[in-house]
Amino acid sequence: MEQSTNSGNRALPSWPGDDSHLIPFDVYTNDQVHSLELERFFYNKHWCYVGLEAEVPNPGDFKRTSIGERSVIMVKDKSGQICVVENICAHRGMRFCRERSGNTTSFTCPYHQWNYSLQGDLRGVPMRKGVTSADGVVQGGMPPEFDVADHGLNRLTVACRGGVVFASFDSSVEPLDQFLGPEIVPWFDRLFNGRTLHLLGYNRQRIPGNWKLMQENIKDPYHPGLLHTWFVTFGLWRADNKSMLRMDRHGRHAAMISTRGNAGVGGDVAKVQSFKRGMELHDERIIDIVPEAWWGEPSVVMTTVFPSVIFQQQVNSVSTRQIIPCGSGNFDFVWTHFGFDDDSEEMTERRLRQANLFGPAGYVSADDGEVIEFSQQSFDSKPAGTSLALLGGTDVGDTEHMVTETLIRGMYRYWRTVMDAAP
Amino acid sequence: MVSHMTALSPTEWFAMMQLYAEYDAVVDAAHWERWVQLFTDDCIYRVQPRENFDRGLPLATLSLEGKGMLLDRVFGIRETLFHDPYYQRHVTGPPLVTKVTAEAIELSVNYSVFRTKLSQPTTVFNVGRTIDVVVNTANGLRFSRREFIYDSELIPNSMIYPI
Repeated sequence: MEQSTNSGNRALPSWPGDDSHLIPFDVYTNDQVHSLELERFFYNKHWCYVGLEAEVPNPGDFKRTSIGERSVIMVKDKSGQICVVENICAHRGMRFCRERSGNTTSFTCPYHQWNYSLQGDLRGVPMRKGVTSADGVVQGGMPPEFDVADHGLNRLTVACRGGVVFASFDSSVEPLDQFLGPEIVPWFDRLFNGRTLHLLGYNRQRIPGNWKLMQENIKDPYHPGLLHTWFVTFGLWRADNKSMLRMDRHGRHAAMISTRGNAGVGGDVAKVQSFKRGMELHDERIIDIVPEAWWGEPSVVMTTVFPSVIFQQQVNSVSTRQIIPCGSGNFDFVWTHFGFDDDSEEMTERRLRQANLFGPAGYVSADDGEVIEFSQQSFDSKPAGTSLALLGGTDVGDTEHMVTETLIRGMYRYWRTVMDAAP
Repeated sequence: MVSHMTALSPTEWFAMMQLYAEYDAVVDAAHWERWVQLFTDDCIYRVQPRENFDRGLPLATLSLEGKGMLLDRVFGIRETLFHDPYYQRHVTGPPLVTKVTAEAIELSVNYSVFRTKLSQPTTVFNVGRTIDVVVNTANGLRFSRREFIYDSELIPNSMIYPI
């Protein structure tokens, strides 16, 4: 065990000093750290993303997903309310829901046919009152004190905002708007402003890296203009674009807000060519950008909500990106692309074309997964190492530019506070 | 099925099998210029999760319309996308011909793609079936549509090269 400078938890890696700009590799590989992260970030005191209301439009519609490493089901009940229940039968603990989505009137665990309402209330227990034999003797059955009310599915606390569904295993979690904070709520509401969302589909990838690396990737405005040649070449994300970084008071959530240069105004594709430096697209429809009224000024807003989700607006492409950890060394990254009910056919096509930029094959996303994998390889092989997030200094705070790693430092300052707290 | 089969002459069948064999050979050899040439100018090339296809959701992992977008993908993987080097190897089953008209052959194949990264064991990268339309052109048979509908639930990190 390494000597720890943290007071509360001996499993925690040793941080050099009190700041958060030197990050021990161990935070990405240590299984004890990972278990504690699941408890403290995914299962307690935080809201986690489970999906969009548009995924369960009708009563009985359900979708299976995960919070952290626990399986949950989002379902619309008969009254139209969205419930989230844990996918564990109260009897023998079976993960009973195997379909990814569908429509049902109730949930039944196939093992012993325990039956639950859509809200998770136990309704049916076969042979509960025993079985009467041929000579009239009642055999077996549950004890008389058995009460179905005590054996429902674990029901989570749910919050819906703008068509996005969050849930928490922690019934004492603070209200969602407080969790997001007044700094982040306006950026969330800008994208999810009450319009009905229109589901376009999913992309799923498994990235062999620690889940936090994806939060860091979208809290890192340093790399997009460097790693993602496509962004630079076509002016979508440049260090000299008008930008600002905002975070909640804890430093856990953040928004990277950027406005494309002249090329973005009026969807003027012709002007984009000036950024290509000799590189020409054969088909410019993929960057046929048309500003939408709800954008206001920014053309890009990437919002990280810790720990489980990223909300993407990259010009006309909008999506949620869910982070589902899978041990300390892997996570599943689930992209849900959507549009809005009032989109024209042309706008839907535009969103779908621009989706080529994102996802596991995307021009500006495929390489994010690659760099995360290669970072994790180093963390695995050299646990005593540290990584550096020093761009812009060592402090944590909002900026009016992108030339800083302050959001990563903010996240780890928060991480240290939560992880270091006494159990 | 038999009536469809009889609609193709042995010469046509041979040409079609050659097209499929060449397709696999050029993507496995990363001959991307030739890959583009195997399509018509107004082609559709898509790689889509089966989940989306089955539910009628339009999103694809890759969705390219026309040769221009294919050429841009070639440019993208060569000049703009940083990625781990890897080989891919296609194994494609026999075509199931579903429709033959004077203009086009509609057919489908099962496929698997293996990925080999340097210094690592070979793994199954992507499996599924295709929905293809092959047309006769002045240059021979070409794909006017290739849709790879993949069963694979998770892309193992990233998909760089066209499959």
